[in-house]
Amino acid sequence: MTATKPPETQESGGASAAALHTGTSDPRTLLMRNLRQSGIYVAFVVIVGLFAILTDGVSLSPGNITNIVLQYSYILVLAIGMVILIIGGHIDLSVGSVVALTGAVSAVLVIQQGLPWWVGVVAALAVGLAVGAWHGFWVAYIGMPAFIVTLAGMLLFRGLTLQVLDNISLSPFPAEYQKVANGFLNGLIGGQGYDAFTLLIGGIAVAGFAISGYRTRTARINYQQSVESFPLFVLRVLLVGAVVMYFAWQLAHARGLPIVLIILAVLVLIYGMVTRRTVFGRQVYAIGGNLSAAQLSGVKVKQVNFWMFVNMGFLAGLAGVIYSSRSNGAQPAAGNMFELDAIAAAFIGGAAVAGGVGTVVGAMVGGLIMAVMSNGMQLMGIDQSVQSVIKGLVLLFAVAFDIYNKRRVGNR
Amino acid sequence: MTDVLLEMRGITKTFPGVKALEDVTITVRRGEIHAICGENGAGKSTLMKVLSGVYPHGSYTGEIVFDGQPVRFGGIRDSEAQGVVIIHQELALVPYLSIAENIFLGNEKRGRGGLIDWNLANAEAAKLLAEVGLDENPVAPVITLGVGKQQLVEIAKALSKEVKLLILDEPTAALNDVDSAHLLDLLRRLRDRGITCIMISHKLNEITAIADSTTVIRDGRTVETIEMKSKDAALDTPSQNATQARIIRGMVGRDIDSFYPDRESTPGEEVLRIEDWTVWHPTQDRKVVDGAALNVRAGEVVGIAGLMGAGRTELAMSVFGRSYGRDISGRIFMRGKEVRARTVAEAIGNGIAYATEDRKRYGLNLIADVCRNISAAALGKLSRGGWVNGNEEVKVAEQSRRDMNIKTSTVMATVGTLSGGNQQKVVLSKWLFADPDVLILDEPTRGIDVGAKFEIYTIINKLVAQGKAVIVISSELPELLGMCDRVYTLSAGRITGELPVREATQESLMALMTKEKELAG
Repeated sequence: MTATKPPETQESGGASAAALHTGTSDPRTLLMRNLRQSGIYVAFVVIVGLFAILTDGVSLSPGNITNIVLQYSYILVLAIGMVILIIGGHIDLSVGSVVALTGAVSAVLVIQQGLPWWVGVVAALAVGLAVGAWHGFWVAYIGMPAFIVTLAGMLLFRGLTLQVLDNISLSPFPAEYQKVANGFLNGLIGGQGYDAFTLLIGGIAVAGFAISGYRTRTARINYQQSVESFPLFVLRVLLVGAVVMYFAWQLAHARGLPIVLIILAVLVLIYGMVTRRTVFGRQVYAIGGNLSAAQLSGVKVKQVNFWMFVNMGFLAGLAGVIYSSRSNGAQPAAGNMFELDAIAAAFIGGAAVAGGVGTVVGAMVGGLIMAVMSNGMQLMGIDQSVQSVIKGLVLLFAVAFDIYNKRRVGNR
Repeated sequence: MTDVLLEMRGITKTFPGVKALEDVTITVRRGEIHAICGENGAGKSTLMKVLSGVYPHGSYTGEIVFDGQPVRFGGIRDSEAQGVVIIHQELALVPYLSIAENIFLGNEKRGRGGLIDWNLANAEAAKLLAEVGLDENPVAPVITLGVGKQQLVEIAKALSKEVKLLILDEPTAALNDVDSAHLLDLLRRLRDRGITCIMISHKLNEITAIADSTTVIRDGRTVETIEMKSKDAALDTPSQNATQARIIRGMVGRDIDSFYPDRESTPGEEVLRIEDWTVWHPTQDRKVVDGAALNVRAGEVVGIAGLMGAGRTELAMSVFGRSYGRDISGRIFMRGKEVRARTVAEAIGNGIAYATEDRKRYGLNLIADVCRNISAAALGKLSRGGWVNGNEEVKVAEQSRRDMNIKTSTVMATVGTLSGGNQQKVVLSKWLFADPDVLILDEPTRGIDVGAKFEIYTIINKLVAQGKAVIVISSELPELLGMCDRVYTLSAGRITGELPVREATQESLMALMTKEKELAG
């Protein structure tokens, strides 16, 4: 969640002097060039600050920060799969139903049949994968638009959820299962009134960020590429470190490190790498950017499309586990409208409607913007109807801003 | 004939950081065909957008006097109301609407109660079609027409707006020779009827054949306006050549001694052989390629000549991993051994590469950067276990940028922002990095300027010097004659001839290219 993309500036003097002359250290030029990238972070900071003021600091209290993480984790998990599909030029309208179905299957096995908690988790993930393969088959190999396939899936899997649950809610899950979404890792190494373990993990994360950032930077210099100037690099690490440690500090003073946050962090790390640095990730961007060109460059489009949907199914299954764990049961109407939250997160995070553009980190920030806003408005006691109006407008303006930005660049 | 219809004076148009036009002045007389020449990026299209109101008054400086009146167009509707109509290179027709519907789109023939009077519209459309010499039913959907006929529909549409000044942006770029000749004839007829015409073109033959005067633009400035004295004396070739040389000089600011770089031809062993290759149209019940056979050797450039619809692109794409058509039969041999190339990945794996004729639609990911486009066809070479080495990738892209002289400040620039010639170099870089044995280039110089063309030719020569085999598909016969060792002619899906280039002339090739049609018809 912290891996912001570094703005490229030229190394002043040193190894890369012979290379490109594209960088700049002028902060204003930097900001303008990366407006599209940085705009979302700026917006996030502004929104967090705004609600901190409006709620007299309650929104930034340890308890509330923990709450936001627990409450919106499954949306963020869905948003990871969704942004990858959107980059590839697809969409998935069924994830809400799939969250309900996978949670229902898990509940039937664990609550009704009394099987161990992990059987429910495995079964939910397996159902998710199967659903993904189903969608992938129709989109990739039959050549149907994802919009139609997943719209059908939305109805289909909602119906199956009702069948599986026989139209009733099931609860409660055993304690181990509940821990997935509501559990904390804390008290492992003590602390006075706070959890030292949480701070330790925070510290390790910051150190890891700094070291990997430094290694990337060194590698780029060795390849004579332009990099940001060293002071700017240090500043960035310090800034990220401060934010992470503040966040960890607040968590440590509440209930400790949520297990679901660890799951989420691992997913963001892995998927961030997959999208940026693997052949698969590149091919997703290539397909979304220009399908024909990708095809004629030897990309196995059908396979890539298929696996994108399988992946979405897997993450929907995981979100199903988290959601059923959090709500401690399975309900026929679970996951209603989750797809729209996940799609909104991806678009607010800078993904392009036509495909080919978007980042996992962007989608996470997009999702957090929605989360912080919902949470803040709830704290302020704003009516549900007004909340909905405001969220709708934010989505509208975020994409409008994106289009405006692109047009400005395109006109040059 | 000294009556001036249009005068653009001191036009300057700046985009953030770039001066696209600087003090451009152009004078067009009433009833003439005025050609505008210039390299890609010289500012021709920008100038036409200023003229047609796409860039509204106020976004540029300078003045436009049209038909004796200073004009300030706020948009394209304003300019069309005055009789200025622009026909863009990419035709703006709606494929599933009929000819008549397209002609009157946005300008519908209303009858009683504001409803469209289709009888009137179709009758009017038929009249307009007769004027442009197009024998088609006005209710036929535009998609059923070839590109050449669609072009004529565009002109009919312009005529329906009572056009005084018709602007054509590269009207013949996508047309074959017969359709081009037809179009140029039509332009002459329109001129005789008093319609003034501005034509942007890269094809100097056409310009010398048809234009009354030519304005050359370079780097956003007017270089000169040339009176085309010999326009009626078509046989006066020395003077035509001199004019062409003068235009080229003006466009690039230097002389090009020989338009096609010299190359020593030393063909080696056979690399690719195709036998009995037959391809069916994907949706219609007809053969697009019929029993074609050809081969190409190492260090050899082989050309494929054919009119539009002869099946050149279809042949190449079907060989390249069956990217076109259905029920494909035939055999492909690489270095004497039969290979399977049923998917693009297999074709690339066997050392075949195909650079498309339509780089924007099929060749490039325009919203991605130069670097990622270059690595797109051979990511496997840059990755281990599925992980891409991003630094190595940039290094490769930088190498290509230098080798190919791609004009961009950084390989992180979006490909869509580059000029056509530089985009083409990115396409070539992509395929060179895939390191194929045989490279099929489909219209490698379409829509790019003279200087970049020369660079592309030089790159082709470098490739064959390294022992690659190259197949060039081109609509420009001089290009095939200038670049190739051998030329195959294709007509209606059949190979109708194979000539060593020293025995071939434009006339002999054209005879073979039209052979089948004459036999059939």
